[in-house]
Amino acid sequence: MKDNIRFIQGNEACVEGALYAGLDFFAGYPITPSTEIAEHLSYRLPQSGGKFIQMEDEIASMCAIIGASLTGHKVMTATSGPGFSLMQEALGYAIMTEIPCVIVDVQRGGPSTGLPTSVSQGDVNQARWGTHGDHAVIALTASNHQDIFAITVEAFNLAETYRTPVILLFDEVTGHMRERLVLPEEGEIPLVGRLRTSVPEGVDYHPYLPREDGRLPMSDFGGVHRYNVTGLFHDMWGFPSNNPGVVQGLLRHLMDKINNNAHQIARYNEYFVDDAQVLLISYGSAARSALHVVQNRRPRGERVGLLELQTLWPFPADLVRERCRTPEIVMVVEMNMGQVLQAVKLAVDDPEKVFLANRIDGSLITPTDIRNILRVIQGKGV
Amino acid sequence: MPVKDYIRERFFPHLWCPGCGHGIVMNALIRAIEALGLSKNEIVMVSGIGCSSRISGYLDFHTLHTIHGRALAFATGVKMGVPGLNIIVPMGDGDALAIGGNHFIHAARRNIEMTAIIMNNRIYGMTGGQYSPLSGYGTLATTAPYTNIDHAFDVVQLSTAAGATFVARTTTYHVQQMIDCFKKAILHEGFSVVEVLSQCPTYFGRKNKMGSAADMMAFYRDHTAPIGSEKKKENPDLIERGIFVQKDLPEYCRAYDKIIERAKGKGKKG
Amino acid sequence: MAKPKLKEHQIQTEWCKGCGICVAFCPKSVLELDPQDKVCVARPEDCICCKLCELRCPDIAIEVIVEKEGSG
Repeated sequence: MKDNIRFIQGNEACVEGALYAGLDFFAGYPITPSTEIAEHLSYRLPQSGGKFIQMEDEIASMCAIIGASLTGHKVMTATSGPGFSLMQEALGYAIMTEIPCVIVDVQRGGPSTGLPTSVSQGDVNQARWGTHGDHAVIALTASNHQDIFAITVEAFNLAETYRTPVILLFDEVTGHMRERLVLPEEGEIPLVGRLRTSVPEGVDYHPYLPREDGRLPMSDFGGVHRYNVTGLFHDMWGFPSNNPGVVQGLLRHLMDKINNNAHQIARYNEYFVDDAQVLLISYGSAARSALHVVQNRRPRGERVGLLELQTLWPFPADLVRERCRTPEIVMVVEMNMGQVLQAVKLAVDDPEKVFLANRIDGSLITPTDIRNILRVIQGKGV
Repeated sequence: MPVKDYIRERFFPHLWCPGCGHGIVMNALIRAIEALGLSKNEIVMVSGIGCSSRISGYLDFHTLHTIHGRALAFATGVKMGVPGLNIIVPMGDGDALAIGGNHFIHAARRNIEMTAIIMNNRIYGMTGGQYSPLSGYGTLATTAPYTNIDHAFDVVQLSTAAGATFVARTTTYHVQQMIDCFKKAILHEGFSVVEVLSQCPTYFGRKNKMGSAADMMAFYRDHTAPIGSEKKKENPDLIERGIFVQKDLPEYCRAYDKIIERAKGKGKKG
Repeated sequence: MAKPKLKEHQIQTEWCKGCGICVAFCPKSVLELDPQDKVCVARPEDCICCKLCELRCPDIAIEVIVEKEGSG
């Protein structure tokens, strides 16, 4: 067997992707079903000179990675629903201060303590709106280990490109199941490095002044430029300001830098979408079952297709609107009460043909579940 | 370097009230840093939220103004990120010991090298004068209109029990001692805590009829005594000032460097 | 070593908030608040250059400049 093939949990695939992307600082707190990420990184990071710390809670974990990112490191934390709730304030801080970082939420049954060892996809809306105030966020997901690896690398790339936190919404099924992963060669997947300012020492450096291409060069704390970072609204030097023009400008910038680039951030897979009469839209482990339905029914002449979303936020509304134009039925397959369903209905021209195929009892939605729901919608009964 | 080289002059006069103790703490801190000859580029100041935490905006270091109570957690990431940096964490009493209490005891427990300065004015000043865990039994505040039934922490005992390896207490009256404590705290290779008894004449002072800022500082002069002094022996009710703990124990980042050495060795095997 | 001799008190009036701390704790009662509630030097000849006013000022508004010691 080649030495670049692994048979590992999805959590470990995420670890491999993060290390491939250059992760060298992790702070976290144990919580099922994400704990393996912390455990693996506690072992792997110091082997290459990186650092791991188990903090006293999730709030401290999120704060610690922000601090470390400012000193020039690529950083990540990992948690599940309850921990993700705790991280929201600090996540908003990272958004406001435009500090790159990656947050993994391996989703489990919620709300509250919920189902620590069972799957759900209940945090999609929380990823979008969990922290207070108007803001934009990038949230990605994947349905298999090869994609978990690749999308984790992508998360680090997007975090650096847009100087923003990126959320990885995995779930208990893909997180814990074991599957084959082929480790890419070094250089096979392009990496985006930290963009550092070229402003020399002694010259005024503006931490929040975008370049012509929209990117904001950073300067490592401890380096030659001393500046201020604050969660208050601030001017381009990082000093607090409540000047209406400054506030308006900064808020627009924080929203626009991500929402105006939704096309560039959209990641997805398509299976038999072009001529689909029934279009399934799914993501994460639910998409595995949706894909099975497509692969099972197509040979039998049913024109079923699957649009597998890997970018959940900013929601790829244009893509979804376009793909939903021709199918007669659109079914959003997810394990929550219709969080992506809402976004799809808002995006399409005819929301009355969009239906929900869901499962919310802690079990993975099965291909049979999806087929049965489809048959009911089609008036055929189970 | 003269004192003014350490401040961001364009923002002065600062936002603190006339007579606010935080300004005196800032004054002393600058002098301590100047006396130590530290370079401005090697200092990172991490603060939380509140009047105390506004200090970072006024000083010409790498400054990180974070969220309420979490300065020490951010500072832990900064320190582990680049252990050679000198981390100073000024916080208010509420910020450090109420909402920040958990991070306080764990940072102390880890003995990670940084200097926590508790600017203790016994009140939440920025939000208009609510009581804090340091206000004390019987005091008045906007949220304790019938007097406070909470007893205050003893910050020295709390820090010591949590594992801090340098613990000192001083007051805004005792500026020379404050400068000395800051110097030693910053030099100390471990988690240092300096509690500065400070005054909020605007809220705590007015509500509790403690007079002017100078009156409140005189109160600290009269109600504190050096550790183990005659003055303290004669009057056990006095609050002790000075350095309570100063010991050498393994510092967190250095201990983690050893982990890296071991892990690298393990990784190479087979 | 010769006792330091006062050259002057450098006062940044825009920064002084008239809190009165320097006035209250000057051991020689050198300082006063003027009608605008800003610190002023009433009795410079009594100053012993202890610099406690400078150290205790919350606003970094007062600095005690001492005469440089002569070579003779």
